[in-house]
Amino acid sequence: MAGAALSAEVDRARLKNLLIQDCGSCHGLTMNGGLGRPLTQDALKDFPVETVRDIILDGLPGTPMPPWRPLMSEQEAAAIAHMLKSGDTR
Amino acid sequence: MINRRRFLAAAPILATPAFAAAETAPSRLRGTGDLGVIIERASGSVLIVETTGRTILGRIEGLGDLSHASISFSRDERFAYVFGRDGGLTKLDLIEGRIAARTIQAGNAIGGAISDDGTLIAVSNYDPGGVRIFDAGTLALVADVPAHSPAAPKSKTVGIVDVPGRAFVFTLYDAGEIWKLELPAGAEPKLTKLTGIGKLPYDANVTGDGRHYFAGLFGEDGVVHVDLWAEPLKAERVLPGYGKGEAPLPVYKMPHYEGWGATQNRLFLPAIGRDELLVIGLDTLKEIGRIKTHGQPVFAVARPDGRHVWVNYAHPKNDVVEVVDSQSLDVVKTLKPGPAVLHLEFTPRGHEVWVSVRDSDTVIIYDTRTFAEMARLPAQKPSGIFFAARAHMIGK
Repeated sequence: MAGAALSAEVDRARLKNLLIQDCGSCHGLTMNGGLGRPLTQDALKDFPVETVRDIILDGLPGTPMPPWRPLMSEQEAAAIAHMLKSGDTR
Repeated sequence: MINRRRFLAAAPILATPAFAAAETAPSRLRGTGDLGVIIERASGSVLIVETTGRTILGRIEGLGDLSHASISFSRDERFAYVFGRDGGLTKLDLIEGRIAARTIQAGNAIGGAISDDGTLIAVSNYDPGGVRIFDAGTLALVADVPAHSPAAPKSKTVGIVDVPGRAFVFTLYDAGEIWKLELPAGAEPKLTKLTGIGKLPYDANVTGDGRHYFAGLFGEDGVVHVDLWAEPLKAERVLPGYGKGEAPLPVYKMPHYEGWGATQNRLFLPAIGRDELLVIGLDTLKEIGRIKTHGQPVFAVARPDGRHVWVNYAHPKNDVVEVVDSQSLDVVKTLKPGPAVLHLEFTPRGHEVWVSVRDSDTVIIYDTRTFAEMARLPAQKPSGIFFAARAHMIGK
């Protein structure tokens, strides 16, 4: 999947705000972690973008990470995963 | 650092005549009992406000990552201690509108508290975990309390509160423990550990008399209670299995026990993963009711007189605030302040409430009896609102 191509089809500004403000509630506004783990480029370097996308969509059972599938499309989750993997989180 | 000139320059339009007058007449006196601080979470800044005329006195910048930032106040209500996400601990001078002291005390922090005598600041850390204690005057490190436990080597800590006796109580998220740390002046510190309290306690708080400490569990149904007047201390489970048999909803914003709805004899707590408030009788520690709410509650805050409880909600239903009657348990009013209501704070006797609306960059002030909107103030991505009267409340 070409994340860059996909991200052109989604509302990047809205997703960026969601990433910083709502993901940031647990992961920190700078993605350096909080109750949730850090999501910096370095912290995610061993995770393929598809894995990050799937965790966003389905959550991590047994932890506070919720499934976001009810609130966003796969394309939107992929766009957020791409922002994280490329450090585009400001 | 931030000097007075820059403090005013940062918000020239917002500076009130009263504050400007203070610049030209340094001898002008004012009290701080009606002051407050609003966190601007994304820009690492705060607004100093006054609640009598509902105005912004100025902005202070340079406080780092303020997601989930909270504040405790000095006993004289002159200084505010800001606990930042990035481990920053900043002491603000509300009179002079400047940073009085600042230290980066850890890699990642979640909150703090001030001791009953006003001399110690405790900060609850995620990285490296544990709690650190600082001198309230200088912010020099006084004690480091790592959260080492057989259950988890370096626990994040949550739900830190002060309790009478120069003491703090906090909860170990990873280890599932509650610790009480006593730091009597001129005597040996004492640490009491309650272990095996439950899975993933995510937040906790204490009642205004310093007696009842409650921790919410994420990893299982139920709430943990410690009677801090009991000897010896013990942790007991209340509301066991309050959602048994129902699949909890995804939680898009963790509920907060800070500012829970404590009235004279009832406690209103957010149910995790449910569109409900739980009502606990403080005399029996039993559930006495549940209130169906608009969404998953984040904050349930009692008006200071206890008659009403105001509730905000998790993403994506976070544009609404509901008001619950603490006696009938009915929702008596629904307000729609706008997108992403993050926090609310009552004036000390509860005649008005300030509500932060993050995504419209606004703080809205309501009359709490007529529910009329009284004023609207501009703020950059506002989150926590903290008024100086907290200086005189146990557990704040």
